[in-house]
Amino acid sequence: MTDLAVPQATAAQPRRNGFWSRFRRHKGAVIGGTLLGLIMLAVLLGPTLWPYTAGQINLTDRNLGASLSHPMGTDHLGRDLFASVLKGGRVTVLVGLVAMMLSLLIGTAVGVVAGMVRWLDAPLMRLTDLFLALPVLPLLLVTIMLWRDSLRSVFGAEAGIFLLIVTMIGLTSWMQTARILRAEILALKEREFVTAATALGLRPAGIIRRHILPNVMGLIVVSATLGLANAIVTESALSFLGLGFPPDHPTWGRLLFDGTDYLTLTPARALWPGVLITLTVLSANYLGEGLRDAFDPRGTIKRK
Amino acid sequence: MSVNLRPVGYLTLSICALSSAAMADRGDQGKLSLLYWQAPTLLNPYLASAPKDSEPASLVLEPLARYDENGIMLPWLAEAIPTLENGGIDPDMGSITWTLKQGIKWSDGSDFTAEDVVFTADYCMSADSGCQMTAKFTDVSQVEALDAHTVRISFAKPKPYPYGPFVGLEVPVLQANQFADCIGPDAVNCSAENLSPIGTGPYRITEFKPGDVVSYDINPYYRDATKPGFASVVVKGGGDALGAARAVLETGEFDYAWNLQLDPEVLTKMKAANKGQVVSSFGTAVERLQVNLTNPATDLYDARSTRDGGAHPFLADPRVTKALSLAIDRTALVQIAYGEAGRPTCDVLAAPAIYTSGANDDCLTQDLDRARALLDEAGWTDSDGDGIRDKDGHSMALLYQTSVNPVRQTTQDLLKAWWTEIGVETELRAIAPAVFFGGDQSSPDTFQKFYADLEMFTNFFPGSDPEPYLNNWTCAAIPTPENGWAGMNVPRYCDADYDALIAKLGNTVDLEQRIDISKELNNMLMQAGALIPLVHRGEVSAHATSLQGVRMNVWDSELWNIADWTRAK
Repeated sequence: MTDLAVPQATAAQPRRNGFWSRFRRHKGAVIGGTLLGLIMLAVLLGPTLWPYTAGQINLTDRNLGASLSHPMGTDHLGRDLFASVLKGGRVTVLVGLVAMMLSLLIGTAVGVVAGMVRWLDAPLMRLTDLFLALPVLPLLLVTIMLWRDSLRSVFGAEAGIFLLIVTMIGLTSWMQTARILRAEILALKEREFVTAATALGLRPAGIIRRHILPNVMGLIVVSATLGLANAIVTESALSFLGLGFPPDHPTWGRLLFDGTDYLTLTPARALWPGVLITLTVLSANYLGEGLRDAFDPRGTIKRK
Repeated sequence: MSVNLRPVGYLTLSICALSSAAMADRGDQGKLSLLYWQAPTLLNPYLASAPKDSEPASLVLEPLARYDENGIMLPWLAEAIPTLENGGIDPDMGSITWTLKQGIKWSDGSDFTAEDVVFTADYCMSADSGCQMTAKFTDVSQVEALDAHTVRISFAKPKPYPYGPFVGLEVPVLQANQFADCIGPDAVNCSAENLSPIGTGPYRITEFKPGDVVSYDINPYYRDATKPGFASVVVKGGGDALGAARAVLETGEFDYAWNLQLDPEVLTKMKAANKGQVVSSFGTAVERLQVNLTNPATDLYDARSTRDGGAHPFLADPRVTKALSLAIDRTALVQIAYGEAGRPTCDVLAAPAIYTSGANDDCLTQDLDRARALLDEAGWTDSDGDGIRDKDGHSMALLYQTSVNPVRQTTQDLLKAWWTEIGVETELRAIAPAVFFGGDQSSPDTFQKFYADLEMFTNFFPGSDPEPYLNNWTCAAIPTPENGWAGMNVPRYCDADYDALIAKLGNTVDLEQRIDISKELNNMLMQAGALIPLVHRGEVSAHATSLQGVRMNVWDSELWNIADWTRAK
């Protein structure tokens, strides 16, 4: 009772120290976080630093193996695979990040409202069920067909399809976040410090900002890392189906799809994009797990 | 006496041995396994027109005449090919009379007669039968049996090329007795008959699991007592082209694999295992760019890609399409993407050889400077310095779509690179084949709707007469919203002179004149820039090195001479 009454400002300092030491104890999370950081740095800076341009056709250097100048080899048109992977990673990671943020935003909003506003709880949860029941890939195919042309004429080919994919992934992957947040908030709402805040006359918006959100921050961050992984996998699946971005805009999924026909000739073409998708998703998952443990000193989330 | 007999006995034995090596006995070659990676689902070519169905059916069902590997017609169940000279074709072109071979039996032992032929025509021409081959019976007014072995097919109007019905693998003769109850709407319900037709061919079906496997054994009543060589045949379906090629060329599990459109390097690498060889044959298939001569702009809504929407902002100018064509290095394209399965071409009518125009061959060599000069001449220059040509504020940017297929995406990448060099921007789009070729009215991505500037696919014509094929580019064949986007005139090319010449072709009998008109029609299409031919495509298959007698045939069934196939000892 007494530690709960300690004002938020003074509680923050020791808590953060504990957070870092707990996080560092989780080896997988540290490695995952570092790797994810490195991958993001590489795809951010790589295309500008690397001498070859993605998509540059060079008919004399076709189907080369790995060498110093082409660390991942070249494809059947002599394009440097490393350059394509760096450029493709930029799109893939960007799709992952933006879609994740969108789904987080929707998920948090729905989760918090459902948890806090009693009469909205049931309708919002039924809406969540509805979205959970939607088959994502067919839905994506239909929307791509319906809105691709109009978005293309407004934003251009690449930006148009980017917006479409990001929006659709975001709109169809917020449900887990919403559900978990709602459950947590329902429990938090009954706690003494919330009752005390209500008794002191704090408005609901203030309660959410001061007491609810800081307490579910850990959950939100965990959802974020998982959402990132999910968005990358969905985008890869779309590209793997030959949909999504135009064929000459490489993404990891697209590179993997193109590479499968050449598995015996140049296995590197399918291997590297596949390895990178796996590494990114795995790193994000480990990071999420580490963050979850770190945010939750008493392991309440784990027990759930 | 006994002393004298011995050498004779030896001699006879050795003659026997010699003859069996040269001409095998029926069924002494063992088992033959074929791999059709698109699995057959129905063995009645009248209801399933895809090669994956009609080719496995061709082991059983035979036409009156078929084409050999050079595209020349051979009498098959008929005594001879009817011509004007031998009186088989009526002098006014109103009818054709086929004389059937004597003594041919169905695999159930009954006689093959003219009645079967008449029945088959009725079967396909009866209303609501769902027959896919009605085009072969165009203008047929009557099919009648003059006697047990003579059939006369009459036409409603003079038919200079009357070899539509019963010539080629798509239109074989069905047994009247078996299909008697399958006329009209009942045709599709006759599953037992459609899955296991009785035929006159070298084999008969013993078991058929649709979408999986067809097993055959020898037709005991087959007309040639020494054939077929293989005692049993299995056609296995399923998988993909890559796996099929591997099964024949690398592992040797199968003797024959069909339709192997693969990266040439992948095939070459597989061939190194020395288990099999790759065979190709060139028919009439040409991979071409279809040029949208109408405006596909989104803001035209329902008038998009129709002649009502107006001409294309730049592709309607033949100089522009000529420049696009000249910028393509077709030789490099063939080397990289097609290998043995392709040859550069500048004519959309690239085969048979007698019909090849050759008047457009200057596009065979890439000439970027001339391409640039042509664009300059047409008024398209890079006035704002962004590397892309423009005119009147309109930038020269193309949307270039095709189906998802590794060879086509390679082609797209190469063409985009070449067009960048002459200052044309290209946006690529690849559409799932089921959607692109699906013909779904509600989808904006079908090849007929053509909501793009360029699109690429292959088209061909069966047999050796190009008239129906050239008919594809008349004004009447333009797909429009009114006709439900049907029709093959995808470029929306419309020229009264072309239509007049097509009408003339329909009334011309003399082969020389027909050839000249066909070439002229081809040249008109090329000069108007309606199509940009890229590659004359061959069919590619692979067979085990030990398999002998394969004469790869693109004009008819690849298995057309399966009765002659043998295994090297």
